[in-house]
Amino acid sequence: MDTSQYLDIFLDESKEHLQNLSDQIMELEQNPENMDTINEIFRAAHSLKGMAGTMGYKRMQTLTHDMENVFSEVRNGTFKVQPGMIDILFKSLDALEEYVNNIQQTTEEGTNDNQDLIDALNSILKNNGEVKVGDSTPDAPADPAADTTAKAESPDADSSDGKKERWQDIKINDTEKMLIEKANSEGLKVYGVTVYVEEACVLKAARAFLVFKALEKLGEIIVSSPTAQDIEDEKFELTFSLIFISGNTAEEVKEAVKSVSEIEEAFCAEYKAAAPAPAPTAAPAKTETKSAAEVKTAAPAPAAAPAPAAAAKPAAAAASTTKPTAAAKPVVNRTVRVDIEKLDNLMNLVSELIIAKNSLISATAAEGKGDNNSVNEQIEYLESVTTNLHESVMKVRMVPIESVVAKFPRMIRDLSKKLGKKMELYMTGEDTELDRTVVDEIGDPLMHMLRNSADHGLEPNDVRVANGKPETGSIFLDAYQDGNNVVIAVRDDGGGINVEAVRNKAIERGTVTPEQAETMTEKEIIDLLFLPSFSTAKKVSDVSGRGVGLDVVKSKIESLSGEVEVKNHFGEGSSWIIRLPLTLAIIQALMVVVGDEKYAIALGSIQTIEDVLPEDIKLVQAKEVIHIRGTVIPIIRLRKVLDIPSGEENSNKNLTVIIVKKGDKLAGLVVDELIGQQEVVIKSMGKYIKVPKMISGATILGNGEVALILDTNALI
Amino acid sequence: MDEVKVMDEQKRNLSLNRPTERNTTQFIVTQLGGEQYGIDIKYISNIIRMSKITRVPKVPDYIKGVINVRGIVIPTLSLRLKMGLPEDEITKRTRIIILTLEQHESIGVMVDEVKEVVTLDEEHIERMGYEKDEKERFLSGVGKADGKLISLLDITSVLSEIVDV
Repeated sequence: MDTSQYLDIFLDESKEHLQNLSDQIMELEQNPENMDTINEIFRAAHSLKGMAGTMGYKRMQTLTHDMENVFSEVRNGTFKVQPGMIDILFKSLDALEEYVNNIQQTTEEGTNDNQDLIDALNSILKNNGEVKVGDSTPDAPADPAADTTAKAESPDADSSDGKKERWQDIKINDTEKMLIEKANSEGLKVYGVTVYVEEACVLKAARAFLVFKALEKLGEIIVSSPTAQDIEDEKFELTFSLIFISGNTAEEVKEAVKSVSEIEEAFCAEYKAAAPAPAPTAAPAKTETKSAAEVKTAAPAPAAAPAPAAAAKPAAAAASTTKPTAAAKPVVNRTVRVDIEKLDNLMNLVSELIIAKNSLISATAAEGKGDNNSVNEQIEYLESVTTNLHESVMKVRMVPIESVVAKFPRMIRDLSKKLGKKMELYMTGEDTELDRTVVDEIGDPLMHMLRNSADHGLEPNDVRVANGKPETGSIFLDAYQDGNNVVIAVRDDGGGINVEAVRNKAIERGTVTPEQAETMTEKEIIDLLFLPSFSTAKKVSDVSGRGVGLDVVKSKIESLSGEVEVKNHFGEGSSWIIRLPLTLAIIQALMVVVGDEKYAIALGSIQTIEDVLPEDIKLVQAKEVIHIRGTVIPIIRLRKVLDIPSGEENSNKNLTVIIVKKGDKLAGLVVDELIGQQEVVIKSMGKYIKVPKMISGATILGNGEVALILDTNALI
Repeated sequence: MDEVKVMDEQKRNLSLNRPTERNTTQFIVTQLGGEQYGIDIKYISNIIRMSKITRVPKVPDYIKGVINVRGIVIPTLSLRLKMGLPEDEITKRTRIIILTLEQHESIGVMVDEVKEVVTLDEEHIERMGYEKDEKERFLSGVGKADGKLISLLDITSVLSEIVDV
C-alpha cells in the first residue's frame, strides 16, 4: 500500500474542491458578507490542503495553506473581503488547477512555486491584519463564533482522560498476550495508542497508513482496532486504536503519530494487562457509553463523535451560533465512483443482449412459432426487460452537464474584465443529463460559443446604452431535454449577426462571387460563418476572432451526431442552438430496403413517410423535387447515391419516400421497401475501412447480418 | 539477391551450430488462384466460412464490405483483387481469414481455400530482396515445404496500404 493508489481519488476530489472554491469565490464577490460562503470556502481550502499534504505535494499544500490563512482571518472577522483580494484568490485557484493538471499528467506537481501569489496572499494578511489585529485578537476567544468554529479543539485538549483512550477497549487474544508478556520481559514498553483523525480529513485511510508507517519505525504494532484491513478500507470513524511495542517513550510515540498531518489528537499510555477487563463485559458499542459514564464525569458531547449523527451535531451547533442562516453540512451523496471502462463494458453487454433478443424474435418468426402465445408473451416480456435495462444503463452513464458548464461563470467574469465590457451569464438547466462521452466533448464547443457571444455578440457598453439597452450585456446558456435530444442554447442580447457584413466579407475573401452572394438567403450567409477560417472580427483578439472556432464547433458537434443552428435577430442578439442525441450507442431506427440491401435510418431524423406517385415528381433546375403540403422537397434516390448494383426501380409503382430533416431543411429519400422500427446498436466499422460520410456506422441485425446506418445529415 | 543468399548461408551455419535456437515460423497455407500463399499464424485470430458480406458503397473495389464476427463488425477485403488477380469465385471452400494486427482492430481477407499449417525453419525460407516487382510487393519471401513453393505474404504491407487509402 502506498499513496499512489489514492491518486485517482485525490485528482477527482481536488477537482471537485477547486470547482467548489471557484463557485464560492464567485459568490463571495457578489456577496462579500456571506458567512456561509466564507465557511464553505474555508472548508474546501482546508480539505484541499490536507489532501495535497497527504499526497506529498508540498507546493500545492503551501499555496492552499496561505489561501486558507486568508479565509481564516476573514472568517474570524479580522478583515473584510475586498475586490483586489478576489482577483488574487482566482489567480491562486488557477495556479492550483495547474498543479492538479500537472499531477494528472505526470504525477508530479511541477516546479512552479508561485511565490508571487504566496507573497500576495501573505501581504493581504499583513496589511489588512495589522490594522485591526489589536482589537480583534483579544476579542477572539470571547467571541462565540470563533469559539465554536474552532473545531472543538479545546474540549479535546481538556479531556485527555480515559474516555478518549479507546485502546483500553481493544480485546486481546492469547497470542497477543504472549507477545506483550514477552516484550515486557525484554524490557520493551507496551503502549496503547488511540488516534483521532480530523473531522474534515478526506483520505482517512491514507492518514492511518501514514500513522502506521510512522509507528513501524519505532516498534511493532501488535493489534489494532478496527483491524488493519478495515482501516485500509476506510471502515472506521474518526478514530482508531492500537497496541504497540516499542523501546521509545510514550511522548516520542505520541510525537511520531502527531507528525502526520490532519491528526487531531493522539493518546498514548503504557498498556496494562488489567485495562481490557471491562471490554469483554459488553458489546463494543455499549462499552463506549459505559466507560464514558464510568471513567470521568462530563466529557463534552462532541468529543464522542463516532456516529455521523453525533458528528453533525457540533457542526450544527457551531453553525447556529455563527449565523442563524448557516449552511447545512453538505448532504452526503449516496453514490459510487465507477471506472468508466466498466460502464462501457456493461453497455456493450447490454448491446449484445439486445442483438440476441432481436435474433430470437426473427428466429421464432421464421420458424412459425409466432403463433404460439406463450412464446410470444415471453418474448414481449424479454423485450420490455431489455429496453428497461438499456435505459437504466444509459442513465447510469448520463452525467449532468453541470460538470462542464460550471466553469463558465468564471470564464465570463474574466472575459468581462479582459474585454472591458460589463456582462452577466445566466445559466439554466445545468442538471440536464447527457451521455458521459458526449459531456466530455461538449465543453470546448460551448466555450467557443460563449466567447463568441462575449466578444462579437455583445456590443461595447457605450454602444449598448446608445441603443437603449441595459449597459450590462446578458448571455444566456439554457439546456433542456427535448425528446431524444438534448438542446443547449447559447443566447445573447447583443447586436446579432450583421448579415450584410458577412456577405461583404465573403465576397471580399472570394468565398462566394458577388452574384452568388446576391441570391443567398440570410441563413445561407450565416452558414458561411461555419466555414474554416472565416472570421468577421475586425481585429484578431485574444478571445476569439482567429477564424478557428465556429468550424471547429460545427465539426465537433457533428462528430457527436448533433447539429448547430443559428437564430439571428439583427440588433437584438443571436442564439446558437446545439442539438445532441442522448446517447450514441443505441438508437431507434427505421429499417428500409434499397435494392436487395438493408439500411437503418435514425428515427429521430425522420419527419414523415409519404407514398408518392411517380408523376408527382417534378424537375426543378434539373433536380427532382416533390410538393408536399405546400413545401418543395428535393428527392434523393438512394439507389443512385448508394451505387446499388442490381435491378431497376419499377417506374410505374408508387414510390416510398422518407422525408428526413436536418435543421429546417428537408429531403425525401426514395427507398424500395420499409421493414419497420427497430432498436439498433451502433457498431464501429474499424479503422481498416474508410467509410463514406453518408454511412455513420453499422449494426448487426437479428439474423446476424450487418446493416449500414445512413447518416441523413450527410445526404442532405 | 546474392547478398541475401550469402547472409542466409551464414545464418544456416550459425543455426547448425546451435540447433536449439532455430527460428521456426508457422504459416497457414492458402490457395489463391493457381498459387499457394502462406500467412504468418501470429496475425490470424480466426478462420471462418464464407458468410454474408454487407457491401459498403464508395470504397475501393477490393474491399468487399463488412461482416459480423461474434458481434464485431469487421471489414473484409479480397486478396485476389488486392493482388491483381481475377475476381473471387465463391465456393464451398472459400474462407475468410480474420487478421488482427493491433488489439481490437481486425480485418478479414477472403481466400479460395485454406490448405494446411506448415512450420518452416528460417533455412527453408528465402527472403525477398529489396527490389520487388509489382506482384512481389506484398511478399516477404518464399518458403519450401515438401518440395512445394509457398509465397509468404507480408501482411503488414498489405494492410498498411489499406489504411493509407
